[in-house]
Amino acid sequence: MTARHGTVIVGASIGGFTTAESLRRGGYEGRITVVGEEPHLPYHRPPLSKQILAGEWTHDDAAIAPVETISALGIDLVLGTRATGLDTGRRVVHTTEGELRFDSLVIATGVSARRLGQRSPLAGLHTLRTLDDATGLTADLAGAARVLVAGAGVLGSEIAAGLVKRGLAVTLVGRSRSIRFGQVGALLSPRLADLHEKNGVHLRLGLHVVRLLGTDRVAGAVLSDGSEVAADVVVAAAGSSPRVEWLAGSGLRIADGLWCDSAGRAAKDIYAVGDVARRPAASGTGSTRVEHQQNAIEQALAVAGTISTGFPHSPDIVPFFWSELYGTRIQAYGRFNGASTLEVVAGDAAEGKFVGLALCGSTAVGVVGWNLPRAFREARAQFTSGSPDIGERQFVP
Amino acid sequence: MKIEVNQQGCVGSGQCVLAADELFDQDDDGIVILLRDHAGPGLRDSAQRAASLCPARAITLSD
Repeated sequence: MTARHGTVIVGASIGGFTTAESLRRGGYEGRITVVGEEPHLPYHRPPLSKQILAGEWTHDDAAIAPVETISALGIDLVLGTRATGLDTGRRVVHTTEGELRFDSLVIATGVSARRLGQRSPLAGLHTLRTLDDATGLTADLAGAARVLVAGAGVLGSEIAAGLVKRGLAVTLVGRSRSIRFGQVGALLSPRLADLHEKNGVHLRLGLHVVRLLGTDRVAGAVLSDGSEVAADVVVAAAGSSPRVEWLAGSGLRIADGLWCDSAGRAAKDIYAVGDVARRPAASGTGSTRVEHQQNAIEQALAVAGTISTGFPHSPDIVPFFWSELYGTRIQAYGRFNGASTLEVVAGDAAEGKFVGLALCGSTAVGVVGWNLPRAFREARAQFTSGSPDIGERQFVP
Repeated sequence: MKIEVNQQGCVGSGQCVLAADELFDQDDDGIVILLRDHAGPGLRDSAQRAASLCPARAITLSD
């Protein structure tokens, strides 16, 4: 690797930063430039809807790395700068601050929050994807009493729980009749609904927001059954869209993400990691895009390895995610497609602490932990070892 | 190699124990427990792997 070789990484969140750090720690000697649209130093997003929303952490607590570490690694951070285009022939990224030439390019632009469709923006209407979103939302909560959260997935559930911690009255509206919790699907729906209701959340499932009420400032919403919900603040947690608009016309394949191979290569010397990357599914048919912190980290480590060595690294990354609602730690590992039952193998579901195997027919396809993290880890390790009789195994809590 | 952990940032994923159970354990809430604060030559790679895979980046290594 010559010292002139340079890597440009677009996206300064966990995927982009981990790629940069891993390149350097692996001995990469070229220049590393990380371009970030937001003005902030790299920060973790998972705490935005957890500790930061609940008011337990400051922004600094969410920093990915101390500024001294970043400068010691010799990573050039170009913040407050948005990529606007890519010329694969000239190997140039266009940005709002000019052109950046690259030998290797890593695209880690993530996703943006989908907004509730409406013509003119109302005050009091929020999404939660960035630190600035969190700042705007928490400032707006100061004078609020009632909040409507639109979207009852992982993010919407976490937001509801954080708002309850702040003493607010919360209505959680979900389009599906069940609470679909990320890759786990509806398997945990009755338990999640119970958890929300025990904590005072007003659950409105099988409904969606058809219209917002209010003139300058939001006053509530009309739901699809015609009912009205009064709210001082509305938070939309209704999905996300990959940030690929800047790649239009680049020749790269973009359709719900940037398509790449199992080593994250979208084209020669161009890679994608994290939420934006669409990769071949492990099953061999179709493709997947995974929006989890752990996935972004593992893809970043692999792409850094590929760039450093020239040999493609294509690890089988099994999706893992965690959440925390009202002090209950929920963890999931596996590919839950088709899973219809959850078999408790440790703990006691009635006591609110268990580990369950998700079964598709009689085959275990994933592990779920509910407030039992050590037993979850042990079950996960046995699951990973590929034991075919995992459904019969007894795990020690 | 010196190892430090940030229990406040830990999210209880257990990645560190899966990578290096000689160095890390978890309490009943899943929070990291450091078993040894130094990794000798034989454990450097697994310590590095644990630090790299931690989703909260709650493990810091220094020489």
